[in-house]
Amino acid sequence: MPPIMPTLIIVIKGLSICKETVWDEKGSYIEHTVRKVRKVITVRSIRRLTPFDHSKDNQLNLWESKYSTRGHNMAIIEAKRLTKIFGADPKKAIPLLDKGWSKEKIFADTKLTVGVNQASFSIEEGQIFVIMGLSGSGKSTLVRLLNRLIEPTIGQVLFNGTDVLKMNPEQLRNFRRKNVGMVFQKFALFPHRTVIQNIEYGLEVQGIDKKKRKEMAMNSLELVGLKGWENSYPDQLSGGMQQRVGLARGLANDPDVLLMDEAFSALDPLIRKDMQDELLELQSKMKKTIVFITHDLNEALRIGDQIALMKDGSIVQIGSPEEILMQPANKYVERFVEDVDLSKVLTASHVMIKPETITIEKGPRVALQFMRDRGVSSLYVVDKGMRLLGVITAEDAANAIKNGSRLEEAMEREAPFATPDTMLNDLFELMSLSKFPVSIIDDNGRLKGIVIKGAVLAALSGNSGLEAGARHESA
Amino acid sequence: MNLPKIPLADWIESLEAWLEAHFDPFFKFIRMIVGETVNGLDTALNWFPALVLILLFTIIAWSIGKWRMALFTLIGLLIIENLGLWSQTMQTLALVLTSAFISVLIGVPVGILCARYGSFQKIVTPLLDFMQTMPAFVYLLPAVTFFSLGVVPGVISSIIFAIPPTIRLTNLGIRQVPEELVEAADAFGSTPLQKLIKLQLPIAMPTIMAGINQTIMLSLSMVVIASMIGAQGVGAYVYRAVTQGNTGVGFEAGLAIVILAIILDRLTQQVIRKSKSV
Repeated sequence: MPPIMPTLIIVIKGLSICKETVWDEKGSYIEHTVRKVRKVITVRSIRRLTPFDHSKDNQLNLWESKYSTRGHNMAIIEAKRLTKIFGADPKKAIPLLDKGWSKEKIFADTKLTVGVNQASFSIEEGQIFVIMGLSGSGKSTLVRLLNRLIEPTIGQVLFNGTDVLKMNPEQLRNFRRKNVGMVFQKFALFPHRTVIQNIEYGLEVQGIDKKKRKEMAMNSLELVGLKGWENSYPDQLSGGMQQRVGLARGLANDPDVLLMDEAFSALDPLIRKDMQDELLELQSKMKKTIVFITHDLNEALRIGDQIALMKDGSIVQIGSPEEILMQPANKYVERFVEDVDLSKVLTASHVMIKPETITIEKGPRVALQFMRDRGVSSLYVVDKGMRLLGVITAEDAANAIKNGSRLEEAMEREAPFATPDTMLNDLFELMSLSKFPVSIIDDNGRLKGIVIKGAVLAALSGNSGLEAGARHESA
Repeated sequence: MNLPKIPLADWIESLEAWLEAHFDPFFKFIRMIVGETVNGLDTALNWFPALVLILLFTIIAWSIGKWRMALFTLIGLLIIENLGLWSQTMQTLALVLTSAFISVLIGVPVGILCARYGSFQKIVTPLLDFMQTMPAFVYLLPAVTFFSLGVVPGVISSIIFAIPPTIRLTNLGIRQVPEELVEAADAFGSTPLQKLIKLQLPIAMPTIMAGINQTIMLSLSMVVIASMIGAQGVGAYVYRAVTQGNTGVGFEAGLAIVILAIILDRLTQQVIRKSKSV
């Protein structure tokens, strides 16, 4: 008897999902599911009054992951050909965009301004997705299309598979109240409300009762480290603190997605860096999906998991920071990234290569043989768990054979090492002091790779054929 | 030029006659409401002994503003009492407060609608220009036709003359709420009403209060004109003094109006300042 009730709940929840997603390209499939599910309801509804079963939560999730479109690629937000044209009769410009006309040409011909031109991307859950571009590139418009603060001209925004553009005002309000938070460039704090009242705002409009929302707001305030300031007014706070309040307000309703529109651009550089660090820390704690808008490439590279680079309303390239830096899609991106100090962006993990190793039990003779076979002049000595113990050179190995000593005695133990997330900038000194390549070990002392000078130089010169170049020199 | 003159005057008069014929119950209803409000307020104000009210006003001035304002209120009202114009001044105050109250009651919502709907604003703005620039004497006549003689047509013409600042500044105040704040309110899922009550009205409050202050001042400036169609009060004293060439009496009554005006102005200004500092 008990397992039947959960089935019914799953079915009902499932129906509501299906109703909202039938427009999708996977629509036919989902409609099919709905029909099948309806039949189940008619059979099961007789048993409505069966006691509640708590296992339903798990089953629900199972069901959702199985049938909703979300389960497919874990994209929480998907934009498809999202376009915004400003001006009277904006649809007129759509065929021109299809023809590939430029923003200038369309404006000269029709007086219509292309805000965002057919942007398509998908953002995975828990990702920091950075939209970057110079002012006027349409990035702030694009982020507002996602929660319809600006109404898109055409295109789709899918949130967990639901088309945001098809929501009625009520659904849209609920979407904004529960699923997305937003942080603004100029903070946009309400000057007539105290800090805590500002943070409560999103909860207040949802009708959450006073005590509960105060509690939630206080949690949020604590998260951004502003406890004790709850009764101050925004104008009594510094810029950095104001934006913390903005962040707390954005996080107060525990949204799935946080939209941050140039959130740190108005802060001075040192505070900006602190805020970036804190955001990264928050993100690693809370696993929020964040859409972050910035015009600052270094900021984008610093915090982005994925970066979309925009120019004149179009997305020019989407990729990880490394991809943007190492494989610029075109001249524009190339010029954009040419001034970046790569040594402050790339980490050891980007340039390290696989080391030649030997386990400690082997003798010096084997070591020498290994070196000959592989054409290298030194080997990294590790234990069976790949923990780094030392380095043995050909010379040392030869001496060891002469003296009859073991590998353990012959190897050098003083080799420079660093962790994989060390910036190249910080590796330079280590490299200059040692005759060996810097070995990269993780927190457990396991050898992950080595960094040789050639690979670093190749990376800094923006050479994408990094691996190949590195290999040549490794001997 | 042999074009016939547009018979505008005839049209207006037939419109007036038509309105009078068909909307008489409506006008009677308005007359009753407005008349009762003014008379009720008048009776209430005159029910208290003058000194008690003077003390009360002084305390109000003290609690809203500083001691200087309280002192001015005390001395000014004592002068009015001394001149023997107390009861008339209270009649005038009743008229002014009623027309200001009705102006706010109508003006703030109209202003809100203007801020919300651009097309509505486009209709209302020229109407407000018309109301403010048309000489007040011109609408005294239809006011008398519809509401007969007495204080009611006085209140009505005061409202027509005094309501535009409240509408304009409510509209302006709401439109001046920074775009990013409105956007933030939207981004967190406010309904239009929540946005209005929780954000736009509080932020616009100083501007709206400035409009209300203007409205009070303008309706005070109408009291003499209103007395021409039978509104009682200190305005009637001024009017009588002017027609009889009685400079001294005219000055005394005028002084009472000035004192009342300053007190009302400073009090509302103080309220504006307070609403700004929040």
